[in-house]
Amino acid sequence: MTVRRKGDGIAVQPIWIKNGQVIDPGRFVGVGDVVIEQGKIAAIGPNLSGPPGCAVIQATGMLVLPGFVDLHVHFREPGFEYKETIQSGSAAAVAGGFTTVCCMPNTSPINDNQAVTEFILERARVAGLANVLPVGAITKGSEGKELAEIGDLRRSGCVAISDDGQPVMNSLVMRRAMEYARAFDLTVVDHCEDLHLAEGGCMNEGLISTELGLPGIPAAAEDVMVARNLSLSELTGARLHLAHLSTAGSVRMVREAKVRGIKVTAEACPHHFTLTEEVVRGYNTHAKMNPPLRTWEDVQAIKDGLRDGTIEVIATDHAPHATQEKQQDFTEAPFGIVGLETAFSLTLRLVEEGVLSLEQAVAKLTSAPAAAFGLKKGTLAVGADADVAIVNQHAQWEVDPSKFRSKSRNTPFAGWKIKGQVKITIVGGRVVFEAGSSEQ
Amino acid sequence: MSLKRKDLLSLAPLSVDEIKLMLDTADSFKEVTGREIKKVPTLRGKTVVNLFFEPSTRTRTSFELAAKRLSADVINFSPSSSSVVKGETLLDTARNIEAMQADVIVLRHSSAGAADTLARGVKSSVINAGDGWHEHPTQALLDLYTIRERGLGFEGLRVAIVGDVSHSRVARSNIYALTKLGAEVRLVGPPTMMPWGIEKLGVTVYSNMDEGLRGVNVIMMLRLQLERQGRALFPTIREYARLYGLTAERVKLADSGAIVMHPGPINRGVEIAPDVADSLSSVILDQVANGVAVRMGILYLISGAG
Repeated sequence: MTVRRKGDGIAVQPIWIKNGQVIDPGRFVGVGDVVIEQGKIAAIGPNLSGPPGCAVIQATGMLVLPGFVDLHVHFREPGFEYKETIQSGSAAAVAGGFTTVCCMPNTSPINDNQAVTEFILERARVAGLANVLPVGAITKGSEGKELAEIGDLRRSGCVAISDDGQPVMNSLVMRRAMEYARAFDLTVVDHCEDLHLAEGGCMNEGLISTELGLPGIPAAAEDVMVARNLSLSELTGARLHLAHLSTAGSVRMVREAKVRGIKVTAEACPHHFTLTEEVVRGYNTHAKMNPPLRTWEDVQAIKDGLRDGTIEVIATDHAPHATQEKQQDFTEAPFGIVGLETAFSLTLRLVEEGVLSLEQAVAKLTSAPAAAFGLKKGTLAVGADADVAIVNQHAQWEVDPSKFRSKSRNTPFAGWKIKGQVKITIVGGRVVFEAGSSEQ
Repeated sequence: MSLKRKDLLSLAPLSVDEIKLMLDTADSFKEVTGREIKKVPTLRGKTVVNLFFEPSTRTRTSFELAAKRLSADVINFSPSSSSVVKGETLLDTARNIEAMQADVIVLRHSSAGAADTLARGVKSSVINAGDGWHEHPTQALLDLYTIRERGLGFEGLRVAIVGDVSHSRVARSNIYALTKLGAEVRLVGPPTMMPWGIEKLGVTVYSNMDEGLRGVNVIMMLRLQLERQGRALFPTIREYARLYGLTAERVKLADSGAIVMHPGPINRGVEIAPDVADSLSSVILDQVANGVAVRMGILYLISGAG
């Protein structure tokens, strides 16, 4: 990867990150330094010395982590730039410590061909903030009928395939997609939802949907598709990644599938391990997402899955929507919330609760997602791209959506006081975010 | 005693005293509707807007008549006949109406929670005239009023609600109010029409109609939405009518003084046999008549004229 700054071709200054609490999951944990040269990690360990002319970042008391990797964002460009652009989404990403994000193909047009993929990569290059890696569509137009040109998508830069939001209902098409994707060693990502069972639903089906008179999405709508996908993965040998698990049943099945050796990875979103369907009461559209917020039991199961490694990835499903869209009445408001700027702090709550060790939590945001898509990211190993997040684990802040870098404000966490503040984000050896600086 | 609420959105959060206050207030207006000149100046100078996003003749007419009998100015506003276009949010529409200094907005909407959304966004009082499958509080209040008018007490009263409870706002409002008032509520219908966990609201579910009706004091029939045929809730109208239609034979299973209710409009020969709808035990037209008095009372209480 070429290191660039405004005015291409000028190599960036080396950086010496001094005396931080460094966590490179599975490789190095301890007080130490990280040295960055030529956009790569040059050295990591205690008591290093920086190269001549380097910039020094005094990281005493800070966590120094690999930049976070988010396998699941919606950047809305092309097509819905009023919700988010690749520029604003990337700014939100680096403000949240994310240095690599994988953007889902449900744009307009759908990212089912080389031209859209190249457009996204070009916009990301111009934004010059995070690494934005496109996820291509499984089927043309994500219509679930004919396979997209998956080989072309791979060649032009897609890192996985998914018909996120419009799951492939035809099991034969899904089987063929999984078989075909093996030729390119591409991970197939599925948003597990049986669209017939979920039809018209807008929250978890249960006592609260009954009381509120809202059409429900039963947990079974997710479970049956998880079961199908696991079977198809077993049949085809494809690498399967299950997006945003929300039910106890899903966790149970994935756990069992892993024991049997099925090549599956799974992700959970902060909202699914932090909130229950109770938040929907009052018809709060910021509590409307898909999959929906579930019950307390489901939340516990997701946490158990995170704890025992059944769920190895934390992803945001960052889904920006304009204020006026979320101001519609509950059934008409779109699904989804933004997540990039709150994900790290919400993940730290799991550490405080004792669900995860700090190193495990970091792994779920870095090395594990990178491994799920086969990305050379999420590590501070010498020679790796210098993508780094420097955070103050203990600094408390109040979520104020008006201060988000994202174009959208749709979060159920407004007003929450949470700990964990991203101070500096480095991508490819270049500082792209500094807390307190308004410069973008 | 006055009602300390800006809005009437649902019966779920109301206290027994509040429900009784509404019924008692309706009593005094029932007297007005029996006079030769059926009009009082109570809401003179106030503006009531009927904002109906869903077609409804009887509820809208009932509210309109209620408001007019209180001497309020009434405007009927429905999307089909207005400038509401797709893209304008409910809130935008309502703020426009509010800018015309509406004191009370009566809202009918196909989405559950629409009245809540509206009430949060405007200063006018909001009365929910039916939101999706959620609630239809004034309908339930007029049902309660009609039951009470027939001399039946609520404590220990056995009420069977028959039909598609899942998709019924009328059922939900009645369940909330009747259980609060101490009635025994039975829900009768196929399991496809019972929403998840409804028993947890303190009701008993029967899929056999004959068992469900045995000994009840009130039979409350729900309108079958015929367009749901074939959509997996029930196989055919014919089979539904045989299993869950109210016939004279079935009425005999209930208590001898039982009354038959229906929120209307009725599907004769489907959920209710014609002879039952027209029988002495039927109070369907009383419900309609009482609707006006009950809504007068609610408009009076909500607009703070009390």
